[in-house]
Amino acid sequence: MRIPLALAVATVLTGPVLAAGPSIEGCTACHGAGTSQTEGIPSLGGMPALYVTNQLFMFREGQRKADPMNSLAEPMSDEDLQAYGAAIATLPAPTYQGPAADAERVARANAAIAKHRCASCHGAQLGGDKGVPRIRGQREEYLVTALTTYKTSERAGFDPQMNEVAGELSPNEIADLAYAIARKP
Amino acid sequence: MRQNSLKQACSMTTALALILMAGAVCAKPVPAQKPGEPPVVTNNVDRPETSDEAVLALKSMTMPITATPLDKLPLDKFHLPDGFKLEVYASGLANGRSLQLGDKGTLFVGSRIAGRVYAVTNQDGKRAVKIIAKGLHRPNGVAFHDGTLYVAEISKISKYPDIEAHLDQPPAPVTIYDDLPKDEAHGWKFIKVGPDNKLYVPIGAPGNNLIPPETHAQIRRMDLDGKNVEIVARGVRNTVGFDWNPATKLLTFTDNGRDWVSEELPNDELNVLTKPGQEHFGYPFCHQGNLPDPEYGWGKSCADYTAPVGLLGAHTAALGMRFYTGTQFPAQYQGGIFIAQHGSWNKTQKTGGQVVFAKLGSDGKVTSVEPFLTGFLENNELIGRPVDVQVTPDGALLVSDDLNGAIYRISYDAKHAAK
Ligand code: HEC
Ligand code: HEC
Repeated sequence: MRIPLALAVATVLTGPVLAAGPSIEGCTACHGAGTSQTEGIPSLGGMPALYVTNQLFMFREGQRKADPMNSLAEPMSDEDLQAYGAAIATLPAPTYQGPAADAERVARANAAIAKHRCASCHGAQLGGDKGVPRIRGQREEYLVTALTTYKTSERAGFDPQMNEVAGELSPNEIADLAYAIARKP
Repeated sequence: MRQNSLKQACSMTTALALILMAGAVCAKPVPAQKPGEPPVVTNNVDRPETSDEAVLALKSMTMPITATPLDKLPLDKFHLPDGFKLEVYASGLANGRSLQLGDKGTLFVGSRIAGRVYAVTNQDGKRAVKIIAKGLHRPNGVAFHDGTLYVAEISKISKYPDIEAHLDQPPAPVTIYDDLPKDEAHGWKFIKVGPDNKLYVPIGAPGNNLIPPETHAQIRRMDLDGKNVEIVARGVRNTVGFDWNPATKLLTFTDNGRDWVSEELPNDELNVLTKPGQEHFGYPFCHQGNLPDPEYGWGKSCADYTAPVGLLGAHTAALGMRFYTGTQFPAQYQGGIFIAQHGSWNKTQKTGGQVVFAKLGSDGKVTSVEPFLTGFLENNELIGRPVDVQVTPDGALLVSDDLNGAIYRISYDAKHAAK
């Protein structure tokens, strides 16, 4: 279900940002209405508004590089970023629907979550808060990419804490973490 | 509900248990390192784990990148000693951090995640904020010398000649040095030109606590064209602020202590470099001059490392610092140091989030550290985060706040001081 970029951009950018909040139909065309069905595109449901605003800021300034988000965010003012942040934050969080997860992998992931104290920032249920994203129920392949690119410093957080954390993760740990966090009920 | 009970659980006993536990279980032998091989970078200590209640009660420190509008700045929350007053010098500088004044009065401001360098011009009291560079890679460091602006990104230092004459159309930057690691963790830099006309460039440890590669955890200096590079200090975890003592001409720098040992230890440090090239400041083997590292301290002696001249509190995130060289403030401030503390994240009861004033004794050691500009902490949350300080030619003190994207100016008027 890949959306042609030009079309999506056009959808997003038509219509002014109204006082009632911007239309996010253009966004959900790619991201889904909370849960993404598309490989490589993260689910945005349940994300805290501040996290979304900060990421859009970084997309706009080229500090986080990812097509098509850089060109989408480019014309946005600070107020637009905040308005999109608030609107996206109303989308329902993704919930895992698939078959039961492999208990051994989940146990390994839980050990890594404890060891690296993921919950101290992401919250006990990994639901995020303020500038820290919700990761529970996020797409598995996206989680692998995120953790790997933090590790190699290709992706920089708005705060470098994730680079520190991911620097300590092995590829196997990353695979287990992504597997279990994506399936966390 | 859960929030509440966790907050209560963070009382003395839990915190104490955490300290004891961290101290007791963490000793692990340092992995052997064969000559010629890259150093072994091992994992962090395994404690405390997420399952510890105090860890879950840690409120993570996140903040908006966008600047706070002028009329929403929390100015009425800030406190200063009697006779001092604070005004907004400039606002709207999203994520504005390191400060450096140009010869013609332009204030240059670096940033981390905004990727921008700002210039605040000041003509007859009228100030304007310009973005002179954007899309840079964490351009935290700005230095100025003989008309030229130097900007440090994570892995590259560039210069902008005759910048103050070209603020509206800045010249293309010329890279002078790029033999730098690319790590994001502690990779952003504070830079400054010393009295020896050399550029000082720190390279932080690429993580919380590890045996750093040969290229990290140090301060280098170089000619202004990037040549003749020397390592002047080693064992420096992450310094984000330094200055030269006007009396002794010695480099004095803050250094941020490691996380996760305990909530009360180790302290951030104030250090003095007396013998460039010959001193090791302890990281990761010994912290704050007397605390062997739980993981890497075994077999090492703190006596083998240069101890700090002052301790600045645990997790306070002591960043920018300047000696007070002006004459506007009362005499007791002369020769002391203003230090910006960004505020803690690795601590359940937050500290820092203030500017402190450190006095030095005749032996060069810190005799007192007193709060100066406070009020950035409210209900255990930071509502502003000081990053750097800068003394202006008229003796006022500028302070940057990267949470609000604002620069404050602090001045003194004896008439308003309480008698
Ligand atoms: C054409 C498809 C497309 C459209 C339309 C789109 N996005 Fe995205 N978005 C992406 C992709 C792909 C990524 C992942 C980038 C990466 O891999 O880092 C992304 C990432 C993001 C992220 C980062 C999420 C995270 O977990 O870090 C946010 C926030 C975001 N988009 C918001 C929006 C908003 C708001 C809109 C509408 C204004 C929008 N997107 C429209 C494709 C799209
Ligand atoms: C010290 C706080 C902290 C800890 C510990 C931490 N995180 Fe994060 N994490 C953050 C912050 C802050 C961000 C947002 C960074 C950014 O702007 O990119 C983040 C982002 C992420 C993302 C990107 C999500 C997205 O939607 O793009 C993933 C995945 C992630 N963390 C997983 C983990 C895992 C797994 C652990 C434990 C192994 C962990 N984090 C530990 C603070 C933390």
